[in-house]
Amino acid sequence: MIVAQRKNIPDLLAIVKSHKKILVLGCGTCVTVCLAGGVREVSIIASSLRMAAKLKGLPLEVEELTIERQCDNVFLEQAADAIKRNDAVLSLGCGAGVQAIAERYTTKPVYAGLDTSFIGILEERGVWTEKCAACGACVLHEYGGICPVTRCAKHMLNGPCSGSREDRCEVNPERQCAWQLIYNRLKEIGQLDRLKKIKPPKNWNRSQSGGYRTIIREDHRV
Amino acid sequence: MKQETFEPKILAFCCHYCAYSSADLAGSMRIQYPPNVRIIRTPCTGRLETEYFMKAFENGADGVLIAGCLEGGCHFVEGNLCAKRRVNYTREILEEIGMEKERLRMVNVSAAMARPLADNIIDMVETVRKLGPSPIKHNGASKQESRK
Repeated sequence: MIVAQRKNIPDLLAIVKSHKKILVLGCGTCVTVCLAGGVREVSIIASSLRMAAKLKGLPLEVEELTIERQCDNVFLEQAADAIKRNDAVLSLGCGAGVQAIAERYTTKPVYAGLDTSFIGILEERGVWTEKCAACGACVLHEYGGICPVTRCAKHMLNGPCSGSREDRCEVNPERQCAWQLIYNRLKEIGQLDRLKKIKPPKNWNRSQSGGYRTIIREDHRV
Repeated sequence: MKQETFEPKILAFCCHYCAYSSADLAGSMRIQYPPNVRIIRTPCTGRLETEYFMKAFENGADGVLIAGCLEGGCHFVEGNLCAKRRVNYTREILEEIGMEKERLRMVNVSAAMARPLADNIIDMVETVRKLGPSPIKHNGASKQESRK
């Protein structure tokens, strides 16, 4: 899922202070799961903005709404009335959600209330870790299901770098060495021979080299 | 000019198993505590969410006190530890907003600790009295007042 975190209240107030009526719009999908932009976070941020504005003597009305998914036009329609009756939208969705609103409601200012951080998983209660860099050409099958592009600090496809100590990364000793994990995992599943092959340089054309990426499925088009 | 004395309005969330029982015991023991607190009984402090504290302040509470069981003594094992983390998080948000974080406090008492609970309440009332009225109320009508 997409993991995000909230911007701090002074920054948010600076973003919306030129408006009198704003809609804080939450998203019920990824950012709800990562506790950044669901119903509860919308309530907390809306309350905070109301109070912060009052303390600064700014007239600010804040409406709250959370829809199932901001990056989907079908769900976004449910917010149409609320968006219309407010001067601006503070989206607590990911970057895709913010842009979906901006594209659909062309005359309405839309601001991002969250910093979209990465694609990751919930490691334990309250801890999220990045697992995928969306590079566009997955190599996980080569590395026992552990991504060196994302989890190795040097993104090495032919590792390890020899700088690791025990199982710790030399760039950040708090992190595990991805290549140690890859070795352990390949040994466990009996595929250590994969490491004997030198991997050619990765084709980054399918990553972000040429602007935004598009996927077209003719079989699903109408 | 006549100076009115400020009487803080403090919301106290008390867990059913310890803090509420100790408030009850304080009553039985005729231990007095200031009438500034409005006690709300909750099944466990772990039931309390950040937005409850925010709403309390938004609606004009001068202070919010959360009273749970002693650490390690929660009826639901770790509800009070969850509450402690949420209280700390809310205090951070209050600071970001520009409010004094001291207006929100968590205390831990057992069901037998009537006197310490009363002392905690007295201390909280005095802390908030020194801080003065909630700036939210002061800078504009609270939601409830504006409805009247």
